[in-house]
Amino acid sequence: MSVVTNTTTIGAIDAPSRRNTELLLLAFAVAIPVFAYLNVGLALDGEVPSGMLGYGLGLGLMASVAHIVVRKFARYADPLLLPLATLLNGLGLVLIWRLDQSPRLNARADFAPQATNQLVYSALGIALFVGVLMILKDHRVLQRFTYISMAAAMVLLLLPLVPGLGADVFGAKIWIRVGGFSIQPGEFAKIVIAVFFSGYLMVKRDALALASRRFMGLYLPRGRDLGPILTIWAMSLLILVFENDLGTSLLFFGMFVVMLYVATERTSWIVMGLLMSAGGAVVVAQFASHVQSRVAAWLDPFGCLETAPPNSNMINACDQMTQVLMSFGAGGTLGTGLGQGNSDLISFAANSDFIFATVGEELGLTGVMAFLLLYGLIIERGIRTALAARDPFGKLFAVGLSGAFALQVFVVAGGVMGLIPLTGMTMPFLAAGGSSVIANWALIGILIRISDTARRPAPAPAPSPDAEMTQVVRP
Amino acid sequence: MSELTLTVMRLGFLAVLWLFVIVAVQVIRSDLFGTRVTQRGSRRNADARPQQAARQPAAPAQQRQRRGAPTKLVVTEGSLNGTTVALQGQTITLGRAHDSTIVLDDDYASSRHARIYPDRDGQWIVEDLGSTNGTYLNRTRLTTPTPVPPGAPIRIGKTVIELRK
Repeated sequence: MSVVTNTTTIGAIDAPSRRNTELLLLAFAVAIPVFAYLNVGLALDGEVPSGMLGYGLGLGLMASVAHIVVRKFARYADPLLLPLATLLNGLGLVLIWRLDQSPRLNARADFAPQATNQLVYSALGIALFVGVLMILKDHRVLQRFTYISMAAAMVLLLLPLVPGLGADVFGAKIWIRVGGFSIQPGEFAKIVIAVFFSGYLMVKRDALALASRRFMGLYLPRGRDLGPILTIWAMSLLILVFENDLGTSLLFFGMFVVMLYVATERTSWIVMGLLMSAGGAVVVAQFASHVQSRVAAWLDPFGCLETAPPNSNMINACDQMTQVLMSFGAGGTLGTGLGQGNSDLISFAANSDFIFATVGEELGLTGVMAFLLLYGLIIERGIRTALAARDPFGKLFAVGLSGAFALQVFVVAGGVMGLIPLTGMTMPFLAAGGSSVIANWALIGILIRISDTARRPAPAPAPSPDAEMTQVVRP
Repeated sequence: MSELTLTVMRLGFLAVLWLFVIVAVQVIRSDLFGTRVTQRGSRRNADARPQQAARQPAAPAQQRQRRGAPTKLVVTEGSLNGTTVALQGQTITLGRAHDSTIVLDDDYASSRHARIYPDRDGQWIVEDLGSTNGTYLNRTRLTTPTPVPPGAPIRIGKTVIELRK
């Protein structure tokens, strides 16, 4: 009995691959940074910058390689992730190049031009992106490495504490130095640990969600189920105490709470997570001077500039914070225009941690909003991928990765704008820093892989779904 | 470089940046509103009655559909009681097969039991697909494709469905 039907399941009809949409958007995403580059050159020297052609070709080449690989290996992937990441990466390169031109920064002993390095790192990032898409044919194989990835993430997170390997940069010990290169292992650890969280929660979520007692409107989990959240909490506090980095610890703990909430649908985890992180932060702030100076700079940057002892970490932190706030203020609504601001006054880390201040000054509130929306769109596509994914591991993995991305953007942008104490993290794709760019390209690669699996048309149903025969009505 | 050029470029850059954001949101919009099926159905309806569309060019999409045409299919008895499916010009298949529009969990239904589809005039037709126990419209067993008046019960095994406005 075969019947020709026009439609079977809604949405399964000629699922569009949307690769041409992606190509168009990608061309747009390469053109915008080239325009920005021209803008900076005209504003600084009054002539078309000499590197524009090479720079535009470099970015265009990377984008087309990525596009061809997506077309070949992930045909049904989300059409927005790649153009959004390319645009942010390209604009980051322009902003870094713009700060390289600053005479004030070049006069400093600890400053070196970063734009060329960043272009190389971006190329490496794209290479890793291509590698992820070519090697990782199905994200579900990562499920096998649940506990290995836990161990790997622990090692990555603790590497900066190894004497001789770790490097202390402005108080925070989150870098390691290997043969002239400094690497931030935490950036890679966030992907590895997402594998562990999703593999673990996929198995344990029923126990965590169902076995609970109701108390004051909240579902409280059993004592033995509290083990993992307490372990992660202790880990993140250890990072905070020994590596002096609020950002990394907030990122990992926040990511775990987000994934717990998504896996169990219990609000109590969020309440507990917020209480635990607030409690931990308050306790640590009592004795860690690094954290104290950041909090002082957050509460009253201009006041602490006067009261802080000279040549201390605290006065540096306060000075940076005041410069950043002035920078945002000078930008106003429409900004001073690319290449015409004074955000180079921030001096230390102007092109990495504080690069968002340059956006605020030179593109104004309008530009900051556009950038935040671009990040928001990446996160939205990630969550959307999680919604569309058919397997629980993929769902949790996509939520974990986009949650980590979102938390990172929140922690950095919030810190730079004075919403929360500043932490030494990088704005994804925008800030100068190899580890961050490379790791974030890998993250986008994995999201594209999951979205390809999720949006791929469902395979035809099994040939004999009705094994038992239809019963006949006997009158 | 004159002040004016720089101002124009500054504002132009912001405009281009926002244009990208807006284009990206437009791409997302297709994910959120309307599936491909819906679009196809309404396009076919529009094609089927070009003269009517020409007479009322400004009429909204719903107006183009026949006045009084049913808009949804409701299951009124059986294990799926309460389920509704919007009628948008697509064919609805009923049966135990997993790829049916409405999968009947009913021992007395065949895997491909019946289908309901609009003909060229937008009239909804029910057709029995050679099922074991038959499809009943108003207590008469169907032998040929039959137009379904709104509110008439269609019985398949233990399940009863009807079309409603």
